Amino acid sequence: MAKREYFGDFGGRFIPETLEYPLRELDRAYRKYSRNKAFQDELKFYLSRYAGRPSPLYFAKNLSKEFKLRIYLKREDLLHTGAHKINNALGQALLAVKMKKERIIAETGAGQHGVATATVAALFGKKCDVYMGKVDIQRQRMNVFRMRLLGTRVLEVTSGSQTLKDACNEALRDWVTNVENTYYLLGSTVGPYPYPLIVRDLQAVIGKEARKQILKAEKRLPDYLVACVGGGSNSLGLFHPFFKDRKVKFLGVEAKGKGYLGHHASSLIKGSVGMLHGSKSYVLQDKFGQIEEAYSVAAGLDYPGVGPEHSYYKKIKRARYVGVSDKEALQGFKMLSELEGIIPALESAHAAAYLKNLSRSAKKNSIVVMCLSGRGDKDLEIVNEFI
Amino acid sequence: MGLIREKFRELKKQGKKAFIPYMTFGFPDMKTFESIVMALDRAGADFIEIGLPFSDPIADGPIIQTSSKIALDKGANIYKLLSSLKKLKSRIRAPLILMTYYNPVYHMGIDKFFKRFSRLIDGVIVADLLAEEAGHFVNKARENNIDTIFFISPTTQKERLRLIDRLSSGFIYYISVTGVTGPRKTLPSKIFKHIKKIKKQVRAAVCIGFGISSQKQARMFKKYFDGVIAGSVLIKKILICRKNRNFLKDFEKFTLWLNG
Repeated sequence: MAKREYFGDFGGRFIPETLEYPLRELDRAYRKYSRNKAFQDELKFYLSRYAGRPSPLYFAKNLSKEFKLRIYLKREDLLHTGAHKINNALGQALLAVKMKKERIIAETGAGQHGVATATVAALFGKKCDVYMGKVDIQRQRMNVFRMRLLGTRVLEVTSGSQTLKDACNEALRDWVTNVENTYYLLGSTVGPYPYPLIVRDLQAVIGKEARKQILKAEKRLPDYLVACVGGGSNSLGLFHPFFKDRKVKFLGVEAKGKGYLGHHASSLIKGSVGMLHGSKSYVLQDKFGQIEEAYSVAAGLDYPGVGPEHSYYKKIKRARYVGVSDKEALQGFKMLSELEGIIPALESAHAAAYLKNLSRSAKKNSIVVMCLSGRGDKDLEIVNEFI
Repeated sequence: MGLIREKFRELKKQGKKAFIPYMTFGFPDMKTFESIVMALDRAGADFIEIGLPFSDPIADGPIIQTSSKIALDKGANIYKLLSSLKKLKSRIRAPLILMTYYNPVYHMGIDKFFKRFSRLIDGVIVADLLAEEAGHFVNKARENNIDTIFFISPTTQKERLRLIDRLSSGFIYYISVTGVTGPRKTLPSKIFKHIKKIKKQVRAAVCIGFGISSQKQARMFKKYFDGVIAGSVLIKKILICRKNRNFLKDFEKFTLWLNG
């Protein structure tokens, strides 16, 4: 076991033999280009001119007043395609170009990563197939339509829970089959090494910007960082650049779904250590080691695993993980819409909903940076059913 | 020396190659599964590979996925497998090899897993465990006299062959194609060149699997490999004809033909 492939005890590569070489090839390419100035400049160019970075850090005056905190929103929802997923998709697509892969595949839950991937595939002229669970196709129809408009084939996955977990399985099977010409553009900080590292590095732009922006606005570091955790990419993107700032507390918000007695997606809070989709991390599983189905109203959080770096943060107590139910998330959704005029994605609404709980325990006027990872247009139909 | 190596040595003396059928545990139901394993034994299986189904089998194609799902829905699990193997062990001749994914094994605990399966199985294959990650796993297997089997695929690089060979105390499982399990009408012809090269570099016996669909293919591969593994093609047969009256007899005949 190579230490480089692990975050403490978590991570590694638990994959079929056929993927060993492509993963090593990817690791080599990534290490080369992550230190290559021309590559980094090109990425910076696309991030700013194409995706719209830096994203604003917005002082949410009304929310702050409501909760007696100083709340800043990192506005990833304002980026091209409407979520933080574009940061990762651009970086990995450039890598695919350098590695001369002609086809890109991806998995998607809420469809935000699928849309981001379809977008960069169009931009760089690559063929693109996105795997999406049947349940997710139904509940995130607008994103399916967007992907198709962008020239991507959306492949329906009907196995298992027909959500993100199963889309991941299918994408991995496709990759095993088409390794020669295909780049697997994984969307979160999950999967076998080097994916958790690549995705976190590419998303760290969120935290790097936020750190500068908050220092400028408040002349000091924040007390809390708050972000939702499904696979964990927007949260790690925000948290990681603050890792050494010991006084900055990390709060990861998992989906409590219908509650811990019913169905939920809180792998870190309620799961145990296991292997899913190529890495060792916390997973939801039964007593026989079979993976259980997750559930959340937010398709992007509906996943029975979590990135290995989060498991490491949990173990060393660097981050604290909390749960927010469907019902609370919908309240968060409404609150952010009504108080700030910002309609958040249901995933981000989990983080917003937690602000209320935080206001009870945090000192008055604590500085909070929350990652508003995506916009809510895609969720209007679902929310309409509830409100 | 483990039973698996001994068996390969014996086969070699007789100028024979191993026939290794695969069956998903608990498919199509617990009772029929046991009858199927006995039929495979009667049909001349040199080893029988038994798959402990996993909820997320990323190395498997639609056929084994289907059998896994049916088995899990009927309540197949690692403890039921233990009691089923205890029953089967005295009734069959062929050594048993357990194939699964890493999570059910890890969840039970590596030490406990090998202690419980000791004397019930002779070998173990884990579809998503690379030789590089398998140090502790292999040590525990050795302590319990269970042979370990690792893979070589068309993408395996030369520099890893030595490690894979060293850790494969049973045999090496050669994956015929980049892809998932499932019968294929034709398999790439570069296999023959590749295996000749590999044979020069490894000491363990090498058996080919993934994609075997006919007697003709099996015969051809027996010329180049020490054994042939067939799974999906057998499960497909069961899926098609399990409702027939003489299903077990037909299945045994089919297996005999494939081994032919």
